Amino acid sequence: MRRILLVAASLALLAGPAAAVNPDEQLADPALEARAHKISKDLRCVVCQNQSIDDSDAALARDLRIILRERITAGDTDEQAVGFIVQRYGSFVQLKPPLRADTIALWFGPLAVLLLGALGAFAYMRARAPQRAAALTADEEAEAARLLKTDGAD
Amino acid sequence: MKRFLFLAPIVAFVAVLVAFFAGLGRDPSTLPSVYLGKPLPAFAAPPLRPGDIGLTNEDLDRGEPVLLNAFASWCGPCRYEHPVFLKLRREGVAIHGLNWKDRPEDGQRWLAERGDPYIRLGSDPTGRTGIELGVAGVPETFVIDKRGRVRYRHVGAVTPEVWDQKIGPLMAKLRAES
Repeated sequence: MRRILLVAASLALLAGPAAAVNPDEQLADPALEARAHKISKDLRCVVCQNQSIDDSDAALARDLRIILRERITAGDTDEQAVGFIVQRYGSFVQLKPPLRADTIALWFGPLAVLLLGALGAFAYMRARAPQRAAALTADEEAEAARLLKTDGAD
Repeated sequence: MKRFLFLAPIVAFVAVLVAFFAGLGRDPSTLPSVYLGKPLPAFAAPPLRPGDIGLTNEDLDRGEPVLLNAFASWCGPCRYEHPVFLKLRREGVAIHGLNWKDRPEDGQRWLAERGDPYIRLGSDPTGRTGIELGVAGVPETFVIDKRGRVRYRHVGAVTPEVWDQKIGPLMAKLRAES
């Protein structure tokens, strides 16, 4: 029983992340197919949300891959083809979110946190730095000079 | 003031923790429709019932709030919401249907076996009409106001609880709107 489980587990590990694109979906023109493939890798499947439509086996992902290829064959630019899907399913399907007013926190939030941390660390280290000795008064200067002079005799 | 500055990172951490914990409970599959507050785009689905006239976007703009339900015979949760729609239809709620990614004969058998709650009904065997509307799966139900605008999209079955707590009150509110 254990051996069967082990074999089954190792076989499961062999299953690589094969692309879900079926041969019958692919375009004859390799340049167009390459473009469609590239675009579909950046579009989220709305059924299984952490997969792109390029990876997903969901029926809807297949439909969207075919629609994407239809658009590209019809002469759409990459942006227009992506726009067609975004118009229907929302910006959520873009695995690389565009820079917009409502995505600023997404793009620059981590940087802001890093800067805040750096600011905190800087303030902390400055507060801990040893105090610099106050400058000597004129009398002390003279005393020091006298002592140095005496010592410097030899 | 300065003495308590050391608390700042802890307070920030707790705030982030609370935000993330609240986010855990949210279901990412129930995204708002991109058509929220807007009318659905123009579409025309052929009839499913023999001799019928099908469903177009104009059926959704008749001066009364309506429901548009996308369903399929192969869809499990659709079985749970079907009796709810039959009951609502008897109570006078306007419901239109779209038979999404389903073979017409399967859709017809579904209605023959379980009853037909739909006023207008479109057939969409390829799923292309549903994709125009941003349908990601079945069941999905759009709540449309008197002026034909989408006001809510429910992803998943409309159970009696969903109707009582969410869609029913919303429909009552939409009926009261001018």
